[in-house]
Amino acid sequence: MYEKDGERYFIVDGHIHFWDASPANQANKYGRGFINCFYDYQQNLSPPEFKWPLEKFEKYSEEDLLHDIFEVGYADVAIFQPTYLTDFYTNGFNTTQQCAAVAEKYPGKFIVNGAFDPRDGEAGLEALEALVSRYQLKGVKLYTAEWKGDSRGWRLDSPESYRYLDKCRELGVRNVHIHKGPTIWPLNRDAFDVSDVDDAATDFPELNFIVEHLGLPRLEDFCWIGTQEPNVYGGFSVAMPFIYTRPRYFAQIIGELCYWLDENRLLFGSDYAIWQPKWLVERFVDFQIPDDMLGEYAPLTPDVKRKILGLNAARLYDIEVPAELALDAVATTGAVIGSEPVSPA
Amino acid sequence: MTTTAQEVLGALAEVRDPELDEPLTDLGFVAGVHVEEGRVAVRLRLPTYFCAPNFAWLMVQGARSAVLALDGVQEAVVKLEDHSAATEINRGVSRGAGFAQTFAGETTGELGELSETFARKAFVARQARLCDSLLRAGQTPHEVVGLQLSDLEPGPDQARCVVLRAQLGIDASPEAPAFVSPKGRAFDASELMRWLRIARLVRLSVEGNAGLCRALLKTRYGIRDPEEVAV
Repeated sequence: MYEKDGERYFIVDGHIHFWDASPANQANKYGRGFINCFYDYQQNLSPPEFKWPLEKFEKYSEEDLLHDIFEVGYADVAIFQPTYLTDFYTNGFNTTQQCAAVAEKYPGKFIVNGAFDPRDGEAGLEALEALVSRYQLKGVKLYTAEWKGDSRGWRLDSPESYRYLDKCRELGVRNVHIHKGPTIWPLNRDAFDVSDVDDAATDFPELNFIVEHLGLPRLEDFCWIGTQEPNVYGGFSVAMPFIYTRPRYFAQIIGELCYWLDENRLLFGSDYAIWQPKWLVERFVDFQIPDDMLGEYAPLTPDVKRKILGLNAARLYDIEVPAELALDAVATTGAVIGSEPVSPA
Repeated sequence: MTTTAQEVLGALAEVRDPELDEPLTDLGFVAGVHVEEGRVAVRLRLPTYFCAPNFAWLMVQGARSAVLALDGVQEAVVKLEDHSAATEINRGVSRGAGFAQTFAGETTGELGELSETFARKAFVARQARLCDSLLRAGQTPHEVVGLQLSDLEPGPDQARCVVLRAQLGIDASPEAPAFVSPKGRAFDASELMRWLRIARLVRLSVEGNAGLCRALLKTRYGIRDPEEVAV
């Protein structure tokens, strides 16, 4: 919970990791390249006091995690989004099991999501079922750009993927988080293209599709499918740190999102340990659309911020919100808007 | 006649990042140029280890072609550094192989369609900038849709739009309408503002992405101003 100026906010950090990217676990040069890439993000987009030495960034402790997320980070609940990357890291970068090992020690603090890879075929379907039953999963994190042997990625709208989404529907795994990365099959297409989410969201209306990082750098494509599909959400991981380095750019991003999707389908996530929720939450609560942009964008009210910082995620994951922190009348569904945004310009 | 490093940089300034629509030299992607009696070596670098290999390919290939087109250049070696697909890209481009051949099994074709998609995005983003500046200066949507290409003030966005129109097969003659849809269709005044709302989003994406790429490059290579070390 975070409190500022008499306003209280229930905080769900919708995107955290507990990874091991230490040299001992790096399987090859790609593992090193991957963590270095993350590290540059932290170094570039964090206030100085939140930058870590590389060694700590490669492998941080459980104490660090608890301290940064809950003790100083204001989170009431945090959601683990696993990222396997077993081609890059010997024991995986951040698997469901690694996350669950921590989560089980602190009941009520964490939600653990699972993962699947359609290229695993029949065996993968069985593994998914076992994973869901073992950890009572309500969500999965998918990484369509993950390498596997000679393959550099897969598409969410492929028949193989649909079998897994069918299985999710059957098992009650409702929340599908998707990360797009720079290498996805086929390589001659735009690696960040979110059109496969569009088709999957149409074909699986019972599932929620949370596009992590707001589809950046293809914000326009993401907003476009967001207007068509009521079950498409945007995860703020990676995008929110711009609040520090480029606040006007951040104002435009959130202004556009509230215009095209509305504030009921946006979820806060720190992407810890790349960034820390403490400063993101503080700065977001303090943030306002600059005066000269208010003609184009709606102001960010405390209620809008409450929804983004926690209440929207609480709705998707059935997290109990103390009555005094809930909204009286939170819109519970995003209506299909069609091709026209619902909010005024 | 001998080629100078300055001429090579001039040629590289004509090569753009297809996604950001900005010259490699402005973006700081040129890490070094070495010229020795008609033999040119160029080193390229990108903001991350995992920048999309298809765009990286287009830049390496574009750089090589631009340098080879200079008078007096007999040999050009363009080397992409610190990238996950550097080995494949450098080898493929230096042999004159195609993208699909280099990444056999990983593609469904060459990069023409991808290039066209991003040329259209660049065109939309630049038109948005031009249109907004006209509206800010007091022109009405009705006046804006009545403008011809030749009515636009000369400038970088205007010049780039003319080039992109020609590349995309959109009428680029002086009397063509100044603002058109990504496929080249003229607007009426009522359509303009709706188009502009989407076009601004494309512009935000392109500009935001370019800003992030510059910032990450700076962080990755510990440089103050990427352009300072471009020679």
